[in-house]
Amino acid sequence: MMSDILGHLNYWLATLLLLIGLHGMLIRPNLVKKLMAMNVMQVAVIMFFISLAVKTGGTAPIELHGDGHTTPHAAAYINPLPHALMLTAIVVGVSTTGVALALLIRIYRYYGTLEEPELLQRMQE
Amino acid sequence: MLHPDHRPLMAILVSLLAAGAILLSGKRPNWRETWSFLAAGIKFVLVLSLLPHVLAGQVVEAAYVELLPGLALHLRADLFGLIFALLASSLWLITTLYSVGYMRHGHYRHQTGYFACFAVCVSAALGIAFAANLITFFLFYEILTLATYPLVAHDRDADAIFGGRKYLAYTLSAGQLLLIAILGIYLIAPGVGFQPGGFLSGKASTGVIALLLVLSIAGVGVKAAIMPLHSWLPAAMVAPTPVSALLHAVAVVKAGTFGCVRIVHYVFGMDLLRSMHADVVLAIAASATILAASLRALGEQNLKRRLAYSTVSQLSYIVLGAAMGSSAALAGAMFHIVAHGFMKITLFFCAGAIYIQTHKVEIPDLAGLGRQMPITFGAFTVGALGLAGTPLCIGFVSKWNLGLGALQAGHPLFLGVLIVSGLLNFAYFFPIVYSAFFGNSEQPSPYREAPASLWVPLALTALISIVLGVYPNAGAGMYELAWQAATSILNNTTSQLAAGK
Amino acid sequence: MTAHAPVLIVVIPLAIAVLVPLVSLRSDQWARSLVLLALLGAMTCAAIALAQTLSTGPWHYHLGGWEPPWGIEYVLDPLSSGMALLISAVAILVAIYAGPHLSGWAASRSGLFSSLFLLLNTGLLGMVVTGDFFNLYVFLEISSLAAYALLASGTIQATVATFRYLIIGTIAATFYLLGVGYLYALTGTLNMADVAARLPAVADSSPFIVAVIFIAVGLSIKAALFPMHGWLPDAYAYAPPTVIGFISAVMAKVSVYALFRVLYFILRPAEIVEQTLTVLSWAAAIAILAGSLLAVAQRDIRRMLAYSSVGQMGYIMLGFALGTRAALIGALLHMLNHAIMKGCLFLAAGGVQWRTGSCNLDDFAGISRHMPLTMAAVVVAAISMIGLPPTAGFFSKWYLVTGAIQVHAWVFVAVLIGSSLLSAVYFFRVIEWAYLRAPECSATSAIRHQELPVQMLMPILLLATSILLLGLFNQTVISHVIQYALPQGGF
Repeated sequence: MMSDILGHLNYWLATLLLLIGLHGMLIRPNLVKKLMAMNVMQVAVIMFFISLAVKTGGTAPIELHGDGHTTPHAAAYINPLPHALMLTAIVVGVSTTGVALALLIRIYRYYGTLEEPELLQRMQE
Repeated sequence: MLHPDHRPLMAILVSLLAAGAILLSGKRPNWRETWSFLAAGIKFVLVLSLLPHVLAGQVVEAAYVELLPGLALHLRADLFGLIFALLASSLWLITTLYSVGYMRHGHYRHQTGYFACFAVCVSAALGIAFAANLITFFLFYEILTLATYPLVAHDRDADAIFGGRKYLAYTLSAGQLLLIAILGIYLIAPGVGFQPGGFLSGKASTGVIALLLVLSIAGVGVKAAIMPLHSWLPAAMVAPTPVSALLHAVAVVKAGTFGCVRIVHYVFGMDLLRSMHADVVLAIAASATILAASLRALGEQNLKRRLAYSTVSQLSYIVLGAAMGSSAALAGAMFHIVAHGFMKITLFFCAGAIYIQTHKVEIPDLAGLGRQMPITFGAFTVGALGLAGTPLCIGFVSKWNLGLGALQAGHPLFLGVLIVSGLLNFAYFFPIVYSAFFGNSEQPSPYREAPASLWVPLALTALISIVLGVYPNAGAGMYELAWQAATSILNNTTSQLAAGK
Repeated sequence: MTAHAPVLIVVIPLAIAVLVPLVSLRSDQWARSLVLLALLGAMTCAAIALAQTLSTGPWHYHLGGWEPPWGIEYVLDPLSSGMALLISAVAILVAIYAGPHLSGWAASRSGLFSSLFLLLNTGLLGMVVTGDFFNLYVFLEISSLAAYALLASGTIQATVATFRYLIIGTIAATFYLLGVGYLYALTGTLNMADVAARLPAVADSSPFIVAVIFIAVGLSIKAALFPMHGWLPDAYAYAPPTVIGFISAVMAKVSVYALFRVLYFILRPAEIVEQTLTVLSWAAAIAILAGSLLAVAQRDIRRMLAYSSVGQMGYIMLGFALGTRAALIGALLHMLNHAIMKGCLFLAAGGVQWRTGSCNLDDFAGISRHMPLTMAAVVVAAISMIGLPPTAGFFSKWYLVTGAIQVHAWVFVAVLIGSSLLSAVYFFRVIEWAYLRAPECSATSAIRHQELPVQMLMPILLLATSILLLGLFNQTVISHVIQYALPQGGF
């Protein structure tokens, strides 16, 4: 049981972050907190993917030049694909955060508050 | 089908095109009415031209775009359909004349929309008449519902809007039930159109067929005003009288009873009904409607509402005839579609003329008016006598056949129902006639006869009622059509019986 | 050139999206023409692809020449090229419709708007043509971000509603990404066809179940399936009239399409998929009822149409979940029909809002007098939404009910019929107000109440005519396109 947890610590951490993020996005009334929780959730997914890439004894997937022309042995490197995917995901996350912040700035300028219940009430008027 | 004959489609399209033309000539009343008359005339001629072919047994049909796998938009002028088509097109012509007078003398607004919707309604009625399969029938049936709604709510006051809503609620719900029935029929017998004698026997278990029958009768039963599905009809009387006249005495309700006969005899077939005893159930429901509606009519003091309940009662004559299924009953039912159409429209025309001239709608107020409006009340008397089944009027022909059919089918009870109903008809019409001619009016009111554009149509329909009562085949041979249709249905039924299906 | 049609479907709008803001600084007209050209280009490529796939079968295009499963692959079959054609055709109509709205704005703002619109199209077209799971995520996010920006560009309420949509939409996309991650962990590939090939080995493991659930939930949120539909009414109700026609017609549908693609074509043999489909069918049935009931209670027309959309997405999802041939035909036909019907209705509502400033039921009082053609189109679209012949909506409803009857799902039959009657209630209320109530008569209203300009009217009327044509000729559409879009094999 302990080895289950310790051996998969990354995944447990990712799950924890996911739940924190979901909680923040759904329960917290402040819009900025929702945004931060969104980022936390995205980090959770990134962690998940990166953890998939890990191999015991693998090194960074960078081919060094000047070591002679030996064919890279794929098994020695950790899987680079999830890392590439997560670079994309990070970019997506940053863009979404940017758009969200732009929206928040506009909302704050008009309403002066970023608390959701109050905003919803004032929207109806 | 070797030579597609497009005259049914042309007859339908004529009034659709007219509707478009009417909408475009919104600002010019004379043009509007010209289009209506022109279209009505052309339509009637087209339909009449089909008569010799159909009577000779030729096939007049054409199929168009495929709507569902195996079922196309298929129009066919057969014996039964032609009856309804002749009725609708001839009465549209007469009603247009009446409408013009009514709208002008009553200073009604929104006449453009009125005439345009009317044109679409008659198109839909012809589409129903000429439909060769259930999906085409349903298509035009729903178009009729949609096109009649603006007419019911024409006055646009609170009563009219409420009447319109009630109308829609009943007819759209019924349409959905009919849709499920049609879907079910399609699933058990895909790609089959209307056939005399029905095509569903042996296709599915009795339970399934019974369910489909209930759903489809309920679906058409609303428009056919079978009780307890009838209450939209009195509510729809808020419409202007020409609307009530053509649509709710002729087109919409006849479409319902037409559909009823089509479903019973061209989809299910008498054998199927007899095997489930559904014929007796339906006949009892129809009889109950006949009697209950007549009794209800006695209690109504508003003239149009009394006429509405009379319609409810008379429509079930047709349903009763269809349910009994013998040759005379069927012929009587089909001919009653025509008979009741002419008689009822006469009565509604009179009611409208009375309203335009005197603004009276309650029956007690009509005392003594007969002496001042003799033509109007004369026609009213003819119509009333016909509905009661007096000989020499058209109503007698259909009633005689229905009575004969009841005996042929071995159900003398229903003959009794017809006789009682005749007496009740007399009971609720006679007082009106009597007090109109011989009663004393409260004040000396100087009312004059209705204007020509109003009394000519009603005199014409009353005259036709008498002529057809004496010579039922005059003009368009509708009596012959009814008998041939009834015979063709029963021949197919018995041949199915003989073939052991 | 035509050999690269699949990728050009996506590349043309993308490239022009970058150019448009620059061009609009020079001339507004050029920018708008450029937008139309880009969308026409995309539509032409989609048409080419459709014609080719109907005759020779699925078209696999390898991006950059890299062989799958190492490279990204675009797969065009009749379903995806048909969807691409639909998306680009609606986009062209909306681009024309948006003309009068944009002409009142500053050049830079309209340029950015057009650019975002093209990016939205890029994202949606990409989602439809791609054959790679992660590529789908990327395009999903591209379309979502562009949509957030466009939806928020209206009033301040739109901004607040869009922020909430952003949060929920990101949850959805993240769930989808998680699901893809699990699939990748199990199969080692992101290529859809390859995953299908490797499926039998992993179909029973619990990570696979988790993957399917995450993907299904993620895409269902995006498709506004009950109970995750809460973002849709607000987002649609406050959206600027220029975009709501397009987004309502297309966006949620692309997510449904993606879900359909993933569940039916790729993951089908696994047992968890059957169970997921059952759950989805019940959720869809509730969505149909809830959407219709909630729509009845609305006074704001756009909000009413938004709840109606929730119900209609339920129709499509129900068809997909039932799985019989008739139900699938109904679902696909309804995707097409609803895009056109809802697009027409929202464009018309947007037009009314543009003229009168708001979109309440009261604004519709007597409006048929001033905007007869617009209201005529609304009547046709409303009849189609209710599902009466001869309009298109009747035929898709026919197939859906047939599908439900074939699996003896009588509850679903009742739900479908009941929803039609409820739709009749709220649509006829609009028609009643538009035609039967007296209009307000004041000097200012006379100026406001006029028929829409041709640029706005033409797309509306075109869509309304299509509704009638698609109804009468539905068999042509089914036999020539839709039946080839169905998944092969048994149901």
